[in-house]
Amino acid sequence: MHRTLCDRSSVAVAHICASAVAVAYVLAFVLGAGMSAAEAKEAAPLANDPVTERRLMTLSEELRCLVCQNETLASSRADLAEDLRREIREQIKGGASDEQIRDYLVARYGEFVLYRPRVKLNTILLWTGPALFIILGVALLLRAVRRRRLSLVDDPDDGLLDDISADVTGKGGHA
Amino acid sequence: MIRFLIPLAGFAILVVFLGLGLQHDPHEVPSPLIDKPAPTFSLTRLDNPAQVISRADMLGKVWLLNVWASWCVACRDEHQHLLAFAKTKVVPIYGLNYKDTRPDGLAWLNQLGNPYEASLFDPDGRVGIDYGVYGVPETFVIDKTGTIRYKQIGAITPEVIKEKLLPLLRKLNA
Repeated sequence: MHRTLCDRSSVAVAHICASAVAVAYVLAFVLGAGMSAAEAKEAAPLANDPVTERRLMTLSEELRCLVCQNETLASSRADLAEDLRREIREQIKGGASDEQIRDYLVARYGEFVLYRPRVKLNTILLWTGPALFIILGVALLLRAVRRRRLSLVDDPDDGLLDDISADVTGKGGHA
Repeated sequence: MIRFLIPLAGFAILVVFLGLGLQHDPHEVPSPLIDKPAPTFSLTRLDNPAQVISRADMLGKVWLLNVWASWCVACRDEHQHLLAFAKTKVVPIYGLNYKDTRPDGLAWLNQLGNPYEASLFDPDGRVGIDYGVYGVPETFVIDKTGTIRYKQIGAITPEVIKEKLLPLLRKLNA
């Protein structure tokens, strides 16, 4: 812009142009600063409310951002995450409960948004799985221990003595 | 013998589950809106801020809602296929111009062609959120009763048209 305006030069024009450019820069700077201030102001009323922000944070820590799927809605910088945070903020302001807000997101994006899946028929294995595996593991362990003990008691020749004799004769073992 | 078969069976089950898992694209999150009423909307046309189109206006016909934006790269790939599909006049295609500006959106249509009956202007993406949009492009098939019957996540390709859209549209229009 400056160049097309100022290329046709006579000394006088050049002088005017130089000051015009200077003014333009100053203006751009002031306007730019003004705009960023305006942007900051726009978010202020919500961001200034620490109670809302804290609730937003705790809530969105457990919500998945669908764009960057391993990020939370709290930490993601994706556009959609920002929009959803805005939406959640407004709902908090509107008096919605955490559960209502979760329902709102699940209705649109599915259970996938919840990092803590609800206990339902199709998630029951997910919730009980670890406990089931522990029980299974302990049961197997107990069974193995008991069996070994029984085998030691019942026919000592088969177990311990075998090993000992192998050690003594040096002809291999069970290893 | 069984002592070895049990771990083997466990391994086989694991392989089956992991194999199935590999078939899934984690970026395709199934929409909970399938077979549910399409969310209501009331938006102005991209090319005419004075004219409002709402969900009720669309009842009684099968239509496609294609979410697009001028800043969306994949939409460019998709666009030629949409243009070709629109020419066949199998189904009216409506656009949802998502988080865009009017000048950018209109310039894009002027430059690349306009497959849409109309584009709905959704600058803040609110209607997009109601439809569970999490990326562009996405396309919804909505039936005569205003029920969402299918959601295409990602670009529409000739294969998608042939294998998914056409059979479904035939069924819905029958």
